[in-house]
Amino acid sequence: MLSPRVLVLRAPGTNCDHETVHAFERAGAIAKRIHVHALAEKPSLADDYQILCIPGGFSYGDDIASGRILALELKTRLGDLLARVRDRGGLVLGICNGFQVLMQTGMLVADPDGKPRASLAHNRSGQFTDRWIRLEAKPGKCVMLQGLDQPFDLPVAHGEGRFVTRSTADLEALSAAGQLVLRYATDAAGQPTNPNGSAGDVAGVCDPTGRVFGLMPHPERFLVATQHPSWNGRLDGDAFGAGLAIFASAVKAVS
Amino acid sequence: MLWEVDVLSADSANDHAARAVVRGAADLGIVACTSARAVTAWLIEGELSRSDLERVAASLLTDPVTEQFTILKLTGGASSAPDAAGTPPAATLPFPLHVLPKPGVTDPAAQSVLEAMRLLGLEAVAVRSVKKYWLPELPRADAERLAWKLLASDAIHDVVVGPLPLRALSGGRPWAFTEAEVPLQGLDDGALAKLSRERCLALSPLELAAVRDHFATLGRAPLEIELETIAQTWSEHCCHKTLGSPIDHEGPDGAVRYDNLLKETVFAATREVREALGRGDWCVSVFRDNSGVVRFDGDHDICIKVETHNHPSAIEPYGGAATGLGGVIRDVLGTGLGAKPIANLDVFCVAAPDTPAADLPPGVIPPQRLLAGVVAGVRDYGNRMGIPTIAGAVAFHPGYLCNPLVFCGTVGIMPRNSAQTEVRKGDLVVVAGGRTGRDGIHGATFSSIELTSDSESQSGGSVQIGHAINEKVLVEFILEASRQRLFHAITDCGAGGLSSAVGEMGASLGAIVDLDQVPLKYEGLSATEVWISEAQERMVLAVAPADWEKLARIAADEGVEATAIGTFTGDCLIELKWQGKVAGALDCHFLHEGRPRQRLQSRYVPLPATAPAWSATTVSLVATLLELLAAPDVASKEWIIRQYDHEVQGCSVVKPLLGPGEGPADATVVRGVLGRDRGIALGVGLRHRIGPLDPWQMAAGGIIEAVANVVATGADPDRIALLDNFCWGDTRRPESLGTLVEACRACHDVAVDLGAPFVSGKDSLNNVFAWTDAAGKPRELSIPPTLLATALGQVDDVRRVVTPDLKRPGSRLVVIGLTRDDLAGSQLEALGVVTGGAVPKIDAPKCRETFRRLARAIRDGGILACHDVSDGGLLAAVAEMAIGGQLGATIDLGKVPTLLEGGQGQHADLTIAFAESPCRFVCEVDAASADRMGEWLEGIPWAWVGEVVTAPELTISGCFGADESVAIDRLARAWRSRQAST
Repeated sequence: MLSPRVLVLRAPGTNCDHETVHAFERAGAIAKRIHVHALAEKPSLADDYQILCIPGGFSYGDDIASGRILALELKTRLGDLLARVRDRGGLVLGICNGFQVLMQTGMLVADPDGKPRASLAHNRSGQFTDRWIRLEAKPGKCVMLQGLDQPFDLPVAHGEGRFVTRSTADLEALSAAGQLVLRYATDAAGQPTNPNGSAGDVAGVCDPTGRVFGLMPHPERFLVATQHPSWNGRLDGDAFGAGLAIFASAVKAVS
Repeated sequence: MLWEVDVLSADSANDHAARAVVRGAADLGIVACTSARAVTAWLIEGELSRSDLERVAASLLTDPVTEQFTILKLTGGASSAPDAAGTPPAATLPFPLHVLPKPGVTDPAAQSVLEAMRLLGLEAVAVRSVKKYWLPELPRADAERLAWKLLASDAIHDVVVGPLPLRALSGGRPWAFTEAEVPLQGLDDGALAKLSRERCLALSPLELAAVRDHFATLGRAPLEIELETIAQTWSEHCCHKTLGSPIDHEGPDGAVRYDNLLKETVFAATREVREALGRGDWCVSVFRDNSGVVRFDGDHDICIKVETHNHPSAIEPYGGAATGLGGVIRDVLGTGLGAKPIANLDVFCVAAPDTPAADLPPGVIPPQRLLAGVVAGVRDYGNRMGIPTIAGAVAFHPGYLCNPLVFCGTVGIMPRNSAQTEVRKGDLVVVAGGRTGRDGIHGATFSSIELTSDSESQSGGSVQIGHAINEKVLVEFILEASRQRLFHAITDCGAGGLSSAVGEMGASLGAIVDLDQVPLKYEGLSATEVWISEAQERMVLAVAPADWEKLARIAADEGVEATAIGTFTGDCLIELKWQGKVAGALDCHFLHEGRPRQRLQSRYVPLPATAPAWSATTVSLVATLLELLAAPDVASKEWIIRQYDHEVQGCSVVKPLLGPGEGPADATVVRGVLGRDRGIALGVGLRHRIGPLDPWQMAAGGIIEAVANVVATGADPDRIALLDNFCWGDTRRPESLGTLVEACRACHDVAVDLGAPFVSGKDSLNNVFAWTDAAGKPRELSIPPTLLATALGQVDDVRRVVTPDLKRPGSRLVVIGLTRDDLAGSQLEALGVVTGGAVPKIDAPKCRETFRRLARAIRDGGILACHDVSDGGLLAAVAEMAIGGQLGATIDLGKVPTLLEGGQGQHADLTIAFAESPCRFVCEVDAASADRMGEWLEGIPWAWVGEVVTAPELTISGCFGADESVAIDRLARAWRSRQAST
């Protein structure tokens, strides 16, 4: 059987592309970094890939708002490319900045008329925060979270990750639709770990098909135990990290 | 047409910037400012209609869920109507205040808007970003005070109270070529000194006389551009003027005569270590390139550089620190044929955050604001670069009030056999990256001049603002071009700009440069300004003409501007041209060898030893420990660490905060290559409190601390590379230079004894501040002599590292190393519990033995946790281990190996608990490995001192019956009590 192919889309300012490629490779895929300029010149490049991933970073510097320019570029220069990947049975994954981009494109939580029902705003603290948090998944139809039924740890590192909806009704509707698939949970001591003030503790969202998924935490930063801040003397250094399971689920789904 | 788009958060509860304004106003006593709204405003100039602007606002500038926008047309002029600033968001906030970058100051967000508008098919002429604040009715003076104290920096911002009187964002006009001669003939020393001062050249009369005489032989006066080139090349910043000088030194060991201090101390140590290593020498390129390069694994070398950016950060903390980091990243990128930056470190030395405003000399930024600014600068630049900021420290001392120190370091990795480079005759001079503006003109000479209270107004032009994304794409471009071997040599455009970069690369060949070909941010720069501008994010490459097309293609693919601006010629002449006309010409030999060296005198008289004088008040061990954990130097730096992305690239193994209780680390460790197990350990040492007492021991202690940090984590003590960063006061004084000489001597001796070579270094001198106080008296403040030592260690297998957090109840605690009466310069002294006492003394050969023995124990798997004992002494170390592991411990001070001369009873306990004797460790040892400790630690002092227990409590038994305990939770709260925020 051929290994699935993953297109890791990079733009000026993308900075988690190498470790995201590494994560997909560890999960058994063939992954390639492709620049958005190259893709815009030749959109058919994407045809060879089953998974398209927008990794973390500060695309175009994120000086206006996180993910804003890359999302605009995808919309204006690449049209419905992401939707086509999804519709032909492929998967789209956005991590951190990639999640911000997906939210801005309207792929995840838009009205039928295309207006976004939710957004990712500045953290409640007003600051960039790098910390490890605990997550709980309710995979439902979300292809890439299948099998993640126990709470797990991942790191977050962002300044604009606070999930907000236009209204409480929107939050409830998205929840009822099974799209709010990943939430910040309480840690072992029972303390909440929501790092940014997200409504409903939302950490990740999938689209109505379950084939497009975005999350603020970084699964590519927890592939092996040594990446965990408490691993030393407690975990086997060669054990797998929880993040790998997300890539493995994605790869399995398109294999 | 000039438009303004105002973007406002829809819900005022999310207006963080407004809340910060209200808080800051209260601190400044501006009581009327009880509420505010902050607006992100964009000035957009171009042939654009209102509906164009609406499209830009809706699809680019505003979040449809959380924000709203309004659009204004600016008609400018002083006669602006009161509502020319738009409609206030609330009737109670009628008063607009604008903070905007001065024309020409780098404005990354505005650049983003300009470029992104093209995606919408719209072309703007210019864009500028503005921070706009709606405030309650305030006296104008209060609004201005609020702006300048809280929101704006004089060096880079304009402040407009009321409507903006703009109708266009003015651009410059192209410069008209002129030749500006600077006559030197007939000028005596006094006149030369005056000329140097007026032109900000930082050249001595002796040096200027050499220039005068050189041009006399050519039969002409130097042109301005030539004189500026010489000033840049001969600056302290570019050529170690003082450290490389011949010096007559009078020290405790008698008179010593140096022909070149640096070569005969620091460089000599490296040479001796390498000779001793013989065929096993693992240094690759040291003190030659932009960073020091050592062997890593079979396929890779690693390199490291640490730089200071003190003077710019004192004036504009955010921009100064950001560009300091940007510069050192380019040093690594510009090493060999280009290295990939994989880790950053930052160290700040500042005055205590609670320094009263009344104690601040004029023009000095309060320490808390300064620290918040430099942290934000490193955060915004480092995070955008995608390089983990993994190591660092913050040190506090009143001497850093006017001259804060900002150290930024970067580690890089490169394929083997790419460290050596050679510019070839006929290669093109290619400049790549950001465009050139007036940024940082005179940075190199500025950093060599002492600051004065009016330097904030004088030297604003020396401050640069970073544009990280330009550097990020530059990194991608260089690494790809390097992979394809498309250039012969590379260097970064740092201090001195093109003049230094091209000058250095063409030192033996010479070059011809068409300065009018350099891409500009805006028109109007003269040839001299283009040549010496320190605009950020630029690199210079030597490219064979045959490779130019390929290289240019990669640059275009990555969105980088690369321009061929000249050729390396081979005629040993730097020839500068402007539209075909000769703008200047300099002989390479004179430029690089012509600087006259001046013999300097230095003196050092050791301070007499003092017996410790204890304060009369009795203090308990626990109360003292709690106070120490909350001391600025010791307390948790979590508020800083969390703002940095320390996980990006996925390689971190030992993080700055670790264990279930998120305690501190000694050193941090990253994998060199994703998916491989060989690691890099990074540690720093800084004994700034010892500096004023004994510069030799300060330097030696810093080195030992840095090395102890990496060894405690599991690094191989026989493969440690060192870096020196000397920051000193006014070394023109023999007494001050004397302390610098002593520190250099210490570096030599300790490096040789440890077998740890120095591979790179940098100095920042003249960190002195002069002002006139309220009584009209001239005052001066100098930093304490400060050496930052950095240790770059290597870990064979990252799965075998150890961290300081306690792991397992039932395991035993060991103290390694001797505790003495080392109280001088300790945190205990800073608390006022004791004054004087012995200065910690380094016995480097013994330290090496300790490091090797400990490394053996770690390698054999006998150690569960290990912590280097430093600030706050033994009890602080044990407390930090317990905080990280969320476990309790017992410690019996009576069992600690000591060699005490004075002090009985309570003073003996305090000494054992808190003295800062060097080269000591606390280790947690698995009960099963306990039997082997004697074998592992044979020949060095060590003892069992306690146990790890489940109950979260630290129990301390003193030598004389004292028995105290404290909950780990309380220790943790004390340690975390200083979580300042911005």
